[in-house]
Amino acid sequence: MFDQLDALLLARIQFAFTVSFHFIFPSFSIGLASYLAVLEGLWLKTGKQVYLDLFKYWIKIFAIAFAMGVVSGIVMSYQFGTNWAVFSDKAGPVIGPLMAYEVLTAFFLEAGFLGVMLFGMNKVGKKLHFFATLMVALGTLVSATWILSVNSWMQTPVGFEMGANGQFLPGDSWWDIVFNPSFPYRLAHTVTASYLVVAFVVGAVGAWHLLKDKTNPQARKMFSMAMWMAALVAPLQIGLGDMHGLNTLEHQPQKVMAMEGHFDSHPDGAPLILFGIPNSAEKRVDYAIEIPKASSLILKHDLDAPMAGLDTIPDDQEPPVGIVFWSFRIMVGIGFAMMGLGMWSLFARWRKGLYEWTWLHRAAIVMGPSGFVAVIAGWITTEVGRQPYVIYGLLRTADAASPLDAPAVAASLLAFVLIYFAVFGAGVWYILRLMGKPPATGEVEANHGYDGPIRTAGITPGPTQNPGQAETLPSDRRDA
Amino acid sequence: MDLTVIWAFIIAFAVFAYVVMDGFDLGIGILFPTFRVGQGRNRAMNSIAPVWDGNETWLVLGGGGLFAAFPLAYAVVLPATYPLIIAMLLGLVFRGVAFEYRWRDERHTKFWDLAFFGGSLIAAMSQGMTLGVLLQGIEVVDRAYAGSWWDWLTPYTLLTGAGTVAGYALLGSTWLIWKLDKGVQRHARYVAMRSAIATIVLMGAVSLYNIFLNAEYADRWLSAPEVYLAAPVPILTAIIAIALLRSIARGSDHTPFWLAIALFFLGMAGLGVTMFPYIVPPGLTIWDAAAPESSQIFMLVGVAITMPLIIGYTAWAYWVFRGKVGEEGYH
Repeated sequence: MFDQLDALLLARIQFAFTVSFHFIFPSFSIGLASYLAVLEGLWLKTGKQVYLDLFKYWIKIFAIAFAMGVVSGIVMSYQFGTNWAVFSDKAGPVIGPLMAYEVLTAFFLEAGFLGVMLFGMNKVGKKLHFFATLMVALGTLVSATWILSVNSWMQTPVGFEMGANGQFLPGDSWWDIVFNPSFPYRLAHTVTASYLVVAFVVGAVGAWHLLKDKTNPQARKMFSMAMWMAALVAPLQIGLGDMHGLNTLEHQPQKVMAMEGHFDSHPDGAPLILFGIPNSAEKRVDYAIEIPKASSLILKHDLDAPMAGLDTIPDDQEPPVGIVFWSFRIMVGIGFAMMGLGMWSLFARWRKGLYEWTWLHRAAIVMGPSGFVAVIAGWITTEVGRQPYVIYGLLRTADAASPLDAPAVAASLLAFVLIYFAVFGAGVWYILRLMGKPPATGEVEANHGYDGPIRTAGITPGPTQNPGQAETLPSDRRDA
Repeated sequence: MDLTVIWAFIIAFAVFAYVVMDGFDLGIGILFPTFRVGQGRNRAMNSIAPVWDGNETWLVLGGGGLFAAFPLAYAVVLPATYPLIIAMLLGLVFRGVAFEYRWRDERHTKFWDLAFFGGSLIAAMSQGMTLGVLLQGIEVVDRAYAGSWWDWLTPYTLLTGAGTVAGYALLGSTWLIWKLDKGVQRHARYVAMRSAIATIVLMGAVSLYNIFLNAEYADRWLSAPEVYLAAPVPILTAIIAIALLRSIARGSDHTPFWLAIALFFLGMAGLGVTMFPYIVPPGLTIWDAAAPESSQIFMLVGVAITMPLIIGYTAWAYWVFRGKVGEEGYH
């Protein structure tokens, strides 16, 4: 009852599902690792308790998010082979080494120093502990660099030659492959997105606790820091997104056509379609609300610049317009909403209302998860916009899959869906519970109940577990 | 020595490092239900909490390294072992999150303990069975897996799976002998003795089975001149096995762990003798599956620079958390 096409579709759904789930965690932990490094650095520099409290408050959340990122990431590193064997065989000589470099330079770094970062503050001293935090933060950034280089090469493949056996082989220069044309833009846009994700999560948590207690010093500090990020980084991100879009126009024009909903070519200035319903069957956008010539202005910086549409692209090379069109608008809409909140917070700061204006706090709570939505929407835009290719223009997704029977893929997909929702749902619930607790002065690293884990030997004295010595604090605790 | 052989050794090293390091923490998961709820389980888990993530990274290096250095092998073995790999990945999901979750939710600690056990057991079993699938041979046509999707389930793969579970339990229990004391250590010693016997018996059974599995394997182990090269492996294995049993019985602290690693090393050497130069028996050699020279060189530079650093800071992390895990954590 299943044919090959069904197996292909199932494999695509499985990859989309697992990568989307996975992407949520690193986009949070990349930004959060940097935030933790900043907090610890400020604590070491100023000696102010509030930074240490915030560090300990957020590291508990980081530990859970990081664990979820690790286990969902291991799945990704094997799924290329399990479900996309033809792609793996053909592209392995080019992208395999980049992924190996990610393991060697990033994953080991993160994992090697994570234990010390989470559990080792009273074992190695403050400076060395800060070094461990920095290494974890650096590892997350290096990891993003390599994997986005791989993804960018799949979007804008250069620097290769075709082997007689059908493999993509590296050309003369690895530099060309690593620094392929879309890579710098994608890297800047994605890492900045990760920082915004964390800024809005931290802002929402701060706002939540400010609504309950305006005087909570830790909540005030985190809200203030988050709103600075929103005000400064959201506009920067919109600028980076614009540059990334121009780069895409140059290298992947049909992706931009789908994003813009341009079914037709416009020889003298293309309109910017704000909203509408793409109708791929009729090749038009229904109920379109457009600004004449604005698309040409944005993309070509000229009102009358001609813009080619999807009518210039053979039908079997077009990406699915509806998905790309909508996901792009969701991402951009959130980007501007983020900037709006940032501006509002600047105004509130100027009017001394940053910690007083409850509507600002409510808006920040609503915007808390918006970074995740924007990241996933952006990811869908770029990945679906690359279709029908897995390596743009060269290898079709339909030709890249493993020779698996549909029932095998259906079974694994079902297992992934059930287990991911259960396991990661539980993790998100635990994170929300931690976020619901107000940050406090003298924040402990973890409170693990009756006889907790090894952290209880560290910063936390772990009284119930060690009743005889409950009053004896480790030396680090006193100068903390 | 050509680059492809060097890369075969690098992948073998990554696999060995993974098997030993994640082996002992998967083994602790497998043995978890035998530890008493409370102190026993908490201390067992605390002994690996700071290092498990680093240990598991070697699995990503094994997979990623195979993808990079032998892309064809990666593209053939993973579809051939599809259900096993998926089961392993999902098992690792459960056990990985259990490290954090079980402390976050006292009402469900029992559930996450079960997830830690079940996930570890499934991951270990799947890894062992994957090795079995590889050794029994994978059918390849036109650079693609050409077998059926039940080939992974045979008596032989079940045997290699069971052997791996026993071996990991041995590594885990000997690690705990080293890291724990008092009653929990006595329990670890009790389990280690049983795991050691099971491991030795199953290693022997797999070795014998190999000889009947494939005529070429038999030649390598039984006929001259290959046998002169191969013979030291079983002889040394027998010596190490006896030393291991004695050291557990004598109540040594860390010797059993090192001897268990030596046993795994000899198992790995035996695997090398059996398979080399095939990476996917019976048809694909390491040269058939190798990436082009440019990819090999590019990565070799990375390995040469980063591997000493990785080994250095990994060793440092272990050193930071050295010593017995006491009731209140590390002393």
